[in-house]
This record gives sequence, structure tokens and C-alpha cells, in this order.
Amino acid sequence: MTLHGHVPPEPDLVQLLTPEGVRVDHPDFPLEITDDEIKSLYRDLALVRRFDGEATALQRQGELGLWASCLGQEAAQVGAGRALRSQDMAFPTYREHGVAWCRDVDPVTLLGMFRGVSLGGWNPNENNFNLYTIVLGAQTLHAVGYAMGVARDGAVGTGEPERDTAVLTFFGDGASSQGDVNEAFIWAAAANLPVVFYCQNNQWAISEPVERQSRVPLFQRASGFGFPGIRIDGNDVLACLAVSRVALDEARSGQGPTLIEAFTYRMGAHTTSDDPTRYRLSEELETWKHRDPIERVRAYLIREAGVAQEFFDGIEAESEELAIRIRQACRALEDPSPLSVFDQVYVEITDELAEQRSDYADYLASFEGAGR
Amino acid sequence: MASTLTMAAALNAALRERLEADDKVLIMGMDVGKLGGVFRITDGLQKDFGEDRVIDAPLGESGIIGSAVGLAIRGYRPVCEIQFDGFVYPAFDQIVSQVAKIHNRSLGQVRMPITIRIPYGGGIGAVEHHSESPEAYFAHTAGLKVVTCSNPADAFSMLRQSIASDDPVVFFEPKRRYWGKGEVDVTGLLADAPQLHRARVVRSGADATLVAYGPMVATALQAAKAATEDGRDLEVIDLRSLSPIDTGTVVSSVQKTGRLVVVHEASVTLGMGAEIAARVQERAFYSLEAPVLRVGGFDTPYPASRVEEEWLPDVDRILDAVDRTFSF
Repeated sequence: MTLHGHVPPEPDLVQLLTPEGVRVDHPDFPLEITDDEIKSLYRDLALVRRFDGEATALQRQGELGLWASCLGQEAAQVGAGRALRSQDMAFPTYREHGVAWCRDVDPVTLLGMFRGVSLGGWNPNENNFNLYTIVLGAQTLHAVGYAMGVARDGAVGTGEPERDTAVLTFFGDGASSQGDVNEAFIWAAAANLPVVFYCQNNQWAISEPVERQSRVPLFQRASGFGFPGIRIDGNDVLACLAVSRVALDEARSGQGPTLIEAFTYRMGAHTTSDDPTRYRLSEELETWKHRDPIERVRAYLIREAGVAQEFFDGIEAESEELAIRIRQACRALEDPSPLSVFDQVYVEITDELAEQRSDYADYLASFEGAGR
Repeated sequence: MASTLTMAAALNAALRERLEADDKVLIMGMDVGKLGGVFRITDGLQKDFGEDRVIDAPLGESGIIGSAVGLAIRGYRPVCEIQFDGFVYPAFDQIVSQVAKIHNRSLGQVRMPITIRIPYGGGIGAVEHHSESPEAYFAHTAGLKVVTCSNPADAFSMLRQSIASDDPVVFFEPKRRYWGKGEVDVTGLLADAPQLHRARVVRSGADATLVAYGPMVATALQAAKAATEDGRDLEVIDLRSLSPIDTGTVVSSVQKTGRLVVVHEASVTLGMGAEIAARVQERAFYSLEAPVLRVGGFDTPYPASRVEEEWLPDVDRILDAVDRTFSF
């Protein structure tokens, strides 16, 4: 036996709904859930996928500059998103459209960012859903600071369900290599903060496979920082919901941070600018298609819960209405005025910036026909 | 009521006053608690305000600023200490891409009232990374405000104003002036302090203008005093605010004197002097009797300390530049 000869056991993966749509029990994560609640989750998953697909289409039609699809990761996002309480705060990357959906952020607002009419444009404190953060991992530290504030506000461990607050932050397998993520782990552990780190391991950081990021399963990193880590089937919305609930409950009650690794797959490209055929095999995609996060819920609802076709037809119709609304609203998003770039750079605009704005306004007005 | 305080004590008094005035103000940094900071600027504050408000942070600059962002979203008003100028770079992304932009990104719905204190500048015989002047990086970044004090009275008022500001402020403290003393009205009202982003004429003169800030203001004043021996009457401006720049005060002075020398410790290329020279030639072209000259650090790494006195601008190099402006 040598130190380097030690092989850790294969990681356990929490699963409550198999890819075939069969409910299975897990001794540590029992989930009491009604079939109506599972139908509601199905609706979330289906609508998020439809919205996401519509956004990809809008990019192809030239209506968006870019889209970062969440195709294949709907369960990982909806499961976590539906585990949040209203007072909890979520810190997303730029791909958490399913979590945004659960937080009632209008999909059209998200599109505004990818269309190029804003750099974000929503109020994080309105829906307790932070702005999308594009620089990898930066938001994990924001989550840590927010959690410091939560702790200082006495909103941890009081036992009051409406008061105790948890913070949920998202990142990916690629971002797990960032210094900020590792600093966030350290801060959260050292101060025992109410943060749940939710890593969607979708296997690919653009073209780099997860093996480029880590020699150990990502969830195992938590133990070195001094808090629990767990791997869940990220394509199983029930497992994602159940384990997120437990982790958030433990954070709210003052037990400190957790790392959840939602093991999933990026079914699409990194963004609409990416071409995954250059770096991964189609067989891999085919394998993951059999683990689709939505099909298994549908199979369960049909076979185990006896849900009638009308339900699925209804969701389909609702999806279509959503897509139409999004398409129309996206096209109707107005371009910002050139002078608006000077707005909200500062709370208190500086004299020199006010002067630049004024000079630029004069310049714009100097063109023949300006102001008509 | 005026007291004689060192700049360090004035900064400490400002922090204390803000901690008392606003319970959302937090201090965070490395060694800011029991130790009182490596320069003792936070001395005694943790004892009086508790570990929840004066927070010894884990050793990560990005973590300090990144968590301050989260605290600000939650409604807090963090004051972050970066231990030395050369240690701020691990936090650079959090400062320029997060702190500076989140207000804008949220269409004005979130504020980032974060103050980032950075002891800066050389002249103290320190090892590498402890003597740098990185102010231009931050002054170049939209969304940040950048200021620096040159004396205890300004240290007191400007730090209070920075903490009270709803915009993020990078507050540069000239570490070699920490122990210089001056009169400070510690009971003065915040509202009565001079505007944060206004420069100040600290010596009136007729023949040429010296613009300096932070540690170089005292040096520029010494140079002005020495210049009187040559019969030259120099005006000295303490810029105080590096972003925004109070261009009007500088331009008014140049319109009077016709000559301008900008002095800073930072390397000259693309430094504050370059921006000021550009603005002055735009706005006071016909008042200029000579090109605007810059006296600053050379375009080299900050040198080993045994040679820093030669590298840093001093009275002689400033007077040499003044001589040159008179040779046109």
C-alpha cells in the first residue's frame, strides 16, 4: 500500500427517480411528495425547456446575440429552485434559467441580457435572485457575504420558518477550479455560514472535460474544507429537490455549509457560439439522452400515477403560449437610447461624466434631422 | 474642537465615528481585529464594536471584496482594508468587474456602498509589493470613485465621506504620511466637510502650478518653499480626488500661472499625470507657456528599497521639472 495506491470508493449518487421513471427510496433522503406536486414539477421542467428552446431559436433568428442553454439541466435547476423558501437568496451563474423560473423572474428579462438591451436589469432583492454573473465563480463569494449578512441579521437558527434564511449559490464543474470558489468554501466553513454550494457538474467546461478540473469527484472536495459534500443524480428532479431541501434546512438551522454536486449533462452547446462536435462524441450524448430529466417524470406520471393524456396536452398548450409570448416580447424589447449608457454608472453622477453625457447629447443633436 | 492627531489616529477616529453613526457599517480585513491592522488604523475598534462588526477575515483579498459585495446586496456598508497596495491584485476582478459594475448591471436597483482602504506608496524601506501606487488602475475603471488624503484633517473627513457615499470608493492612504501630525476637528459635522471630489489649492502662487496628491503633496510643498530661493512663486494643488478629477481647479490655476508640473509616485506612463496633462491642454491650451511636465516613478518595477529614494520624485526632481518648464 502506498499513499498514491489508495483508490477511493466509487461515489454514491442519490437517486429517487430512475431514468425509467421508477420511484426508489433512499434511506437518508426520504421525500414525501404527492403526485400533484410531481405534476407541478413536470410543468416547471417542460416550460423551462420550452422557454430555453425558444431562446435558442431566437438566437438563431438573430433576435439574441447569444444564448447559454440549460438543456439537460432542467431537473438540477428546478429541483434546487423549488427547495428554496421565499426569504432564501439565490446566486446564479448565467445558465440558471430554471432557477430564475422558480423565482418568478420573467424569462423576457433574462432575454434582455442576451439580446443586448441590458447588462442584467433586474433587482436581486425583488425575487431574491441575484443578477447573472458571468465571471466564473465570483458569485460564490457574493453568496458568502450575503450569508454573513444573514447571520448578522439574526436570521439563522431561530427556529422560525419564515425568518431563518439560507443562501444557495450555483457554479459549474469548470468554475470549481476558480480561486473565488475555493475562497468561498474557506470563508463559509470558517464562519459556519448558511450557504449551500450547488455545483452542476454538466461534464463539460466549454471543451474541457471535468477530468481536466479534478482528480476526485467534485463533491469530495468539501471534506477538505470541513463541510459535507454529496453527489446527486442531477437529472432526477426528486433527488435534487430532496437533497437541496435538507441542505437548505441545515443551513437555516445554523449547521453551516454544504456542497451538492448535481451530476448532470450539458445536452447542448456551451452557448450558441460553441460547436461541441469538435470535442465530444455523439455516443456520449446518446447515453445521456436515456437519462433525460423530463422523460422520466413523464414516465412516472403515466405509469405509476395514472396521469391522463389531457394533463400533458395542457402543458404542451401552455408551453406553446409561453413560447409565443416570449417570442413577441423579445422582439418588442426596445434598444436602449445611446444616452442611457451614462445612467446608473454611479448613484451620484460625477461632474465629468455629466459633462461627457451633455457633450455627447449635443453631438447627437448636431446631425441633420436629429430630434425630429 | 480641534485636536492634534497623526493621520493614522485621524483615520481611526473616522472609522470609529462611522461605526457609531451607522450600524450597517462593518470593517473587514486581515488582522484588523485584535492587532488593529498592521498599521494600527483599526486599533481598538474590535474591542469596542465587537467581532461581528470588525471582522478578521481569512487571508484572501478576493474573498474580502467578494463577500463585501454580498454584504452590500444584503444592505450592509462594508469598509474593507487591503493590507498593502501590492496585495490588491487578487481582488482586482471583484473590484473592477463586480463592485464597480453591479449598480449599473442592476439598472440602479442595487447599491455598492463599499469603501476599499489601501495603504499605498513607498519611502518606508519596505520589501517588494509593499510600496506601490496602483491608483491609475482603479481611476481608469468606470463605476469606482478614487480618492487619497494628504493630511490628518482630510484623512478624517474624506474617509467619513467615502464610507457615507452610496458609490464604491477606493481610498488610498499614503502610508509614509501615517505618522505626520496635524489639526483635526473630530467633532466636525460630515455635512460641513469640503466636498469629497474637490481639489484644494494648498499654496497659492503666481509662476507655475504643481499638482500632487497623497504622499507627494508634502514633497511638492517643500519644493515650492525651496523654489522661493530661486525667486519662483509656485502654486500647489492637492488633487484629493483621482476619480472624478476636479479639472476646474487645475485649469483655473494654469490659466493664472501658465505652467504645470504633475507629481506622483506612480510610474508616469498612463498615470494620473497623463490624464491631467490631456485635460489641461484641451481646456487651457492658450494659457500654457510650456508643455505640461510629469514627475513620477520610472516605468520600472518599484525598486529595491535601498534605491527607492532615488527612484521616487523628490524636491530636486520637482524643481528640475519646474526649471524645464521655464526654459520654453
